Amino acid sequence: MTTPVLQAKGLTKRYGRVVAIDGSDLELYPGEILAVIGDNGAGKSSLIKALSGALIPDQGEIFLDGKQVHFRTPMDARSAGIETVYQTLAVAPGLDIADNLFLGREERKPGVLGSVFRMLDRGHMRAEAKRHMSELGVATLQNIGQAVESLSGGQRQAVAVARSAAFGSKVVILDEPTAALGVKEGNRVLQLIRDVRDRGLPVILISHNMPHVFEVADRIHIQRLGRRATVITPKSHSMSEAVAIMTGAAEPPPEAAA
Amino acid sequence: MATASATDFDVRRNDSFGLRLQHALHANPVLGPLAVLIVAIIAFSIVNGRFLTATNLSLVLQQVTVIAVLALGQTLIILTAGIDLSAGAIAVFSSILMANFCTKAGMPGIIALVLGLACGTAMGAANGFLVTRIKLPPFIVTLGTLTIFFSLNSVVSNSETVRGTDMPGLMTWTGNSIPIGNFRLTYGSIIMLLLFAYFYYALGRTAWGKHVYATGDDVESARLAGIRTSRVLFSVYTVAGLLYAVGGWILIGRLASASPNVGVEYNLDSITAVVLGGTSLFGGRGSVIGTLIGALIVGVFRNGLQLGGVEVVWQGFAIGLLVLVAVSLDQWIRKVKT
Repeated sequence: MTTPVLQAKGLTKRYGRVVAIDGSDLELYPGEILAVIGDNGAGKSSLIKALSGALIPDQGEIFLDGKQVHFRTPMDARSAGIETVYQTLAVAPGLDIADNLFLGREERKPGVLGSVFRMLDRGHMRAEAKRHMSELGVATLQNIGQAVESLSGGQRQAVAVARSAAFGSKVVILDEPTAALGVKEGNRVLQLIRDVRDRGLPVILISHNMPHVFEVADRIHIQRLGRRATVITPKSHSMSEAVAIMTGAAEPPPEAAA
Repeated sequence: MATASATDFDVRRNDSFGLRLQHALHANPVLGPLAVLIVAIIAFSIVNGRFLTATNLSLVLQQVTVIAVLALGQTLIILTAGIDLSAGAIAVFSSILMANFCTKAGMPGIIALVLGLACGTAMGAANGFLVTRIKLPPFIVTLGTLTIFFSLNSVVSNSETVRGTDMPGLMTWTGNSIPIGNFRLTYGSIIMLLLFAYFYYALGRTAWGKHVYATGDDVESARLAGIRTSRVLFSVYTVAGLLYAVGGWILIGRLASASPNVGVEYNLDSITAVVLGGTSLFGGRGSVIGTLIGALIVGVFRNGLQLGGVEVVWQGFAIGLLVLVAVSLDQWIRKVKT
């Protein structure tokens, strides 16, 4: 049995008397797309935030490549190799695509220009941005110097996913990447997610969209009442069975060995 | 940001003139203010032949210099979707501190200047602390500090003006000028232009600049993208404080004295210049070039209306109208559909 790339054990987070996650586990294995589904309030977001450093759990442990890690800020998780694309995308609409790809980790020019005058190496960043975008097959973007606000929803999503794939060395977490998109753009983003996995990065996909989940996921983690109810695969269960487990209409099967 | 290519991309041949204009202004927000400035200069020079003389233009530049420096600091803050009502108060209080460091404490000019600039920086940092740590809205913070700084200003100055001749030469040096024909370029104006050049560079070519824009666009997104937004905001308020203090120093040169009773209108004038320059009050959009043009618009209107024989009371009316037009334009541009 391979070691999980990312593993959570007994994560708990309380806000006053509200329990957001209640001893939740999660395992992500190399080269897979793990979908996380659950009803509203099941603790999906809190679980993901704990993994991406946006939230510090009250209890529980997180292991990356078998080693325990403690994330205090999103930057901690990021420098450990976990990239997250939030539902809000975390892009700056007024800045261009290259700026957004490098937002928060800009590269300076070598030599005095960079160290004293702190000049950014725009040429290099643009070339890199272009390379990353085309590697993911996002070639529809005419101009890397185009402001992100002039892009469609799917293109913005592509920018955000490209950023995570470009910089994530271990794990990419995507929070509802297809929620705001039309059918065609949604399918393009699904393809993008597969491309990221095929490049060797395991992906955690949080989604409400069952058809999308069943189309791309290798395994499906069902979150219910703040903990993991079970893990299924698109082959072992149908969509309606998954929804039944998610809403509590059906008993989860005994947790299968992943 | 490659504005030229962005415009190319935005050209739509089938769109109406209004839509094309909206897109052009969206891609190049400086175009609108620049057009207003040029039209105003042409109109005023037709109305009065004295407007376009070197003597008068150097007067306009001198009148604009202090406001422009304050508006530069204000631009940084407005880019982060904040507002600073205390800009003028910090400038005037800093000038009073510098003057009194010289006269009452007997310090040499250079020490008084450095200390005065440090005090202005500290006042800006105080604003930044209240905004980022105590998490109060910038409007309320600076409304409070505006009152506090003006009050301290009266205490320190004892409501007395310090004459320029009682201070070391360095204090009024900013008012000295280099004659270029009939045009007199003051050192204060040179400092102002250098500051604009520097911040044009810093906002467009450094990571700090990108972070200022990103924070102003959407603070939560910027934070999730890994930007330490509190640090960015704090730096912006602090740097603005320093700029206001430089403005205070230039003010001493301009008036050839340090007076505690000037500058009440500077708070709002600095905001006016920023808004006229096309920087959005909602943050994340705008430029220091726009602000320089905005400050020049204010100066040109004040001066031109005066030469045209319009009474002082109506000059404010005209500037106020301009501001309302500028903000309406900003709203319209932001609704751009792409």
